[in-house]
Amino acid sequence: MTEGWFAGLAPDDPATRDRIRDGSADEPADWPALAVEDGFVADEDDYYATLHDTATEAARTAATERERADDRQVIHAIRAMDDTERMANELAERVAEWAGSRSDDAGTGVEFCRELAHEDADDPTGERVRSLAGRAVALDDERAALETFLERALPAVAPNLTALAGPTLAARLLSLAGGLKSLARTSSSTVQLLGAEEALFAHLRGTAPSPKHGVIYVHESVRGTRPEKRGSAARALAGKLTIAARIDHYAGDRRPALDDELADRIAQIRSNTEATDGSA
Amino acid sequence: MDLPEGIEYREFDGEERLATRGEPVYGEPTAEGWRAWDARRSKLGAMYERGMEPGLQNGDRVLYLGAANGTTASHVADVARVVYAVEFAARPMRDLVDVAGTRDALVPLLKDARKPASYGHVVEADLDVLVQDVATRGQARVACANRRFLADDGRLAAVVKARSEDTVRDPEAVFEDALDHLRNEYRVLETKRLDPFHADHLAVVAEPR
Repeated sequence: MTEGWFAGLAPDDPATRDRIRDGSADEPADWPALAVEDGFVADEDDYYATLHDTATEAARTAATERERADDRQVIHAIRAMDDTERMANELAERVAEWAGSRSDDAGTGVEFCRELAHEDADDPTGERVRSLAGRAVALDDERAALETFLERALPAVAPNLTALAGPTLAARLLSLAGGLKSLARTSSSTVQLLGAEEALFAHLRGTAPSPKHGVIYVHESVRGTRPEKRGSAARALAGKLTIAARIDHYAGDRRPALDDELADRIAQIRSNTEATDGSA
Repeated sequence: MDLPEGIEYREFDGEERLATRGEPVYGEPTAEGWRAWDARRSKLGAMYERGMEPGLQNGDRVLYLGAANGTTASHVADVARVVYAVEFAARPMRDLVDVAGTRDALVPLLKDARKPASYGHVVEADLDVLVQDVATRGQARVACANRRFLADDGRLAAVVKARSEDTVRDPEAVFEDALDHLRNEYRVLETKRLDPFHADHLAVVAEPR
């Protein structure tokens, strides 16, 4: 069918935006002239002005929707990565135990499975152990492929968060918060404790000290800071991560200054030997 | 070579540089309402620097495939009557939408250049220029599929990026294949490598057969 995006509509009808997004025509036509002929617009200038505004709005909403959809994909991928890692390790444990019952020089872990998977089995039992080792290796390969996928996908979904946290931690934060939008709306103190919910509830029950960090513990800024300063480092990191998530959600451009600010702040915390520690 | 009206060499900080007139977009130097057109960031700009004639004229109607975040498309929109700017990726589209906010001639379309029917109901027929800078495989196929939008006396200004077709093959061989494919729909007028501005890129100016 050859019909323009405006056919049968008025210029201010919101359906024009949907038509630009979802419509199609195998062959183009002289749409400006047809739009004037149809009475959609008064003249060509009017047509281009209306098209500009409508297409810009359609592109803006479509891009936003697509990006929101992308952060869901990243969350599925990081959860799948954790699943494959856990299952690979469980199977590797089983393989180590089984192989150890048959040979004194059996090793452990996925690396041992990798060796075993390439060996020839000389009896039916050995064949089962070898095959099981192959499954553990395949799961570990899938984990690695998911990690590579995340490394590629994350900079597009959340460029600043990824630059500060690295793809894996960025994906974990998105997963724990439930998406980029929720993460952008989360307070910095909550971001600091994402992933430490169990410890937090234990603390609230009065059976544990207050946790200082959740999953952000794996970040070098926290882990590489000596224990008595880790609370400060975690607070500073969470603050920058929160700002990064907000820029990623609301603006979307890359701001390298954030990386430097975090580096400066962590250096300051680490060099500050007095107990007088300013807030981040 | 004669530059079309609206594209000139102007002086910026004592240096003669290609320029168009409009609001700055990517932090490029400006002087007296003109903005420098950075050939290292724009393959079309590099084509002018290499003395090619992409065929863009003041007041033209243009289809731009692979508009990315609008760096080059903004310069084209400074000169053209309308630029249909097609980009497939959602992230750069945000920037492109911002550029469209400063330029009435720019019409951003979040579409796949390999599926011209998906924008055939928006992009008009008989256009003057087709600019193509897509970084997917089958770049010549994309140019052929979009021939339908071009007037018989229109121009194709395309860039073939060797690495987008095949990361290991010799670029010369990749370019030969692409040109062979292009000749199904176009008569090739001139080709030039865009070094040193863009490594392993072949620029092609052609007209419909």
